[in-house]
Amino acid sequence: MTDSHLFNVLVPSLLKMVVIFHVLLGVVAYLVLVERKLLGRFQQRVGPTRVGPWGLLQPIADGLKLFLKEDIIPTKADRVLFIAAPLISMITALLAMAVIPFGPRFELFGIDFGYLQIADVNVGLLYIFGITSLGVYGIFLAGWSSGNKYSLIGGLRSSAQMISYELTLGLSVIVILMACGSLRMSQIAESQGDGFWNWWIFSTQWYFIPGLIGFFLYLISAFAETNRLPFDLPEAETELVSGYNTEYSSMKFAMFFMAEYVNIITVCSIATTLFLGAWHSPLPFAPFTSVPGVIWFLAKVFSLVFVFIWIRATLPRFRYDQLMHFGWKVLLPLALVNILLAAAGLIAAGSF
Amino acid sequence: MDALLPSLLFYAFAGVILGSAAFTAFARDIVHAAFSLLFTFFGLACLYLYLGADFVGLSQVVIYVGGILVLLLFGVMFTGHQTQETEKRTVNFYWGLALIALLGAGMVPALLKAPWAVKSAAELPEAKSTISSIATLLMTDYLLPFEIASLLLLMALIGAVVIARGETKTDEGESPETSA
Amino acid sequence: MTIGIEHYLVVSLVLFLLGLFIVVTHRNGVRILMGVELILNSANLNFVAFNRYMPDSALSGNVFAIFVIILAAAEAVVALAIVLAVYQQFSTIHMDEISNMKH
Repeated sequence: MTDSHLFNVLVPSLLKMVVIFHVLLGVVAYLVLVERKLLGRFQQRVGPTRVGPWGLLQPIADGLKLFLKEDIIPTKADRVLFIAAPLISMITALLAMAVIPFGPRFELFGIDFGYLQIADVNVGLLYIFGITSLGVYGIFLAGWSSGNKYSLIGGLRSSAQMISYELTLGLSVIVILMACGSLRMSQIAESQGDGFWNWWIFSTQWYFIPGLIGFFLYLISAFAETNRLPFDLPEAETELVSGYNTEYSSMKFAMFFMAEYVNIITVCSIATTLFLGAWHSPLPFAPFTSVPGVIWFLAKVFSLVFVFIWIRATLPRFRYDQLMHFGWKVLLPLALVNILLAAAGLIAAGSF
Repeated sequence: MDALLPSLLFYAFAGVILGSAAFTAFARDIVHAAFSLLFTFFGLACLYLYLGADFVGLSQVVIYVGGILVLLLFGVMFTGHQTQETEKRTVNFYWGLALIALLGAGMVPALLKAPWAVKSAAELPEAKSTISSIATLLMTDYLLPFEIASLLLLMALIGAVVIARGETKTDEGESPETSA
Repeated sequence: MTIGIEHYLVVSLVLFLLGLFIVVTHRNGVRILMGVELILNSANLNFVAFNRYMPDSALSGNVFAIFVIILAAAEAVVALAIVLAVYQQFSTIHMDEISNMKH
């Protein structure tokens, strides 16, 4: 490996890693503020306003408060696992971001940076499913190691919920793989250029049907995967105190909290890449195409995040048995039928 | 230099796999044992990737780590956390040690000496993505095993629900702990 | 020092032995299941390693490893269901105490 080769490969990926990581963490901090503001508006309030102009310094104040809190480990807790659990949650949430293509190829100072993506691996989508399936452990072990029955029930509920909905999550995306024929995230993104009618959600090839169904199945199971309302049973403060993170305080609590928001951004980014045309502009002519791809990507991600918050403010929580029935008896069969539909559509269109 | 880094990687993976597997074998607490199995499976997945088997490696993560191990943990939770009671009564501890020592002592020299009909590491072709070739193989040469495997999975699914329901008439297949 | 097939074989052998040790010494049903999974994984490692070092074999090792993973999943599900059923029946999963058929 020559020096210049090393330079051309190592420097761009390190730079991309640093930039994406820091922007992500900054966005997560402000996402909490955005959510509180929006929830306030949905409920005819104004949300946080006191710290800084329009409450803009609120995330910093929150972070400082969490840092300075006492870090308690209950005597009945299993120390090793109690400390490991929030780390697992955080690490798996961050790892999934590695294969998401935020923008098209670009050059800087004459160096080819490739896609705005940390690792362009050829099994990107499988990698994402592998990593997100690890997220269960953080919550499960947190629930178990706390030595508290509310936490344990929260942890068990949540893992059952997550493995149930992971099935639908995976099956809803298979439709894209069948049409696109690649697991490489950048290639899936590239296949949706030239106007919104080529995005997989609207793909005319299928007369709209499987793409739309797949998108909504994905979105619903993504709510369950990230433990957000209306599927936030693991936390369900009215019955479980606050579920798996009852015993956590200080930075360990902050890690769970941040992992939740990183996960929201991750699932929204995946949805954007797979269904909403990634960084491509909705209309393939001048005023739209001159906007950089990253902006389009972020705009789409944040519209989805807005939907997440909107739904949180609107819907009540499911009951546990309703949740399981819905996942296994409605969503899963729908996802399977959707795959059949897509296959039929592809054969009819003659692209096999 | 070029060959050193990959071999160091191999030793790192092998160390993680064997260390965590040994922990699973000797740990008192069954939840710790299951948790350590996470590292074993994950290390094996890394080793598969290292061997150029990308699809097998990621299936390992999705199925073993994301599925089977979670099921095992569920099993631990539902059958009561009775470590103190049962784990003291490991039977045949020294006999077991003797057995694996004997087997190891017999098999390691044998497999080091055996004339394996393989190529040496230097003359191996570059590893390339296996996904599309595996897909083709599954739909052509291995179509019958593939279909039988799907049938088997269906049978396992139905069988598991029927067995786990038992006599308790709960409306969920997965909540048999209510009768315990 | 390059990594040859022997390295993988030794790793897989030790993994197999650890799995065997679990199955022989532990009496908790779920723990035994863990040992069985280790044994299956050690076999899988051999399949994949041999596939890599025998490039003419057209990925049959990889395909077989996938079938082993599928079988392991099915086996784990059914075994766990049995463990749960046994627990309902006997309130224990200590394998030596479940001896009703011995008389």
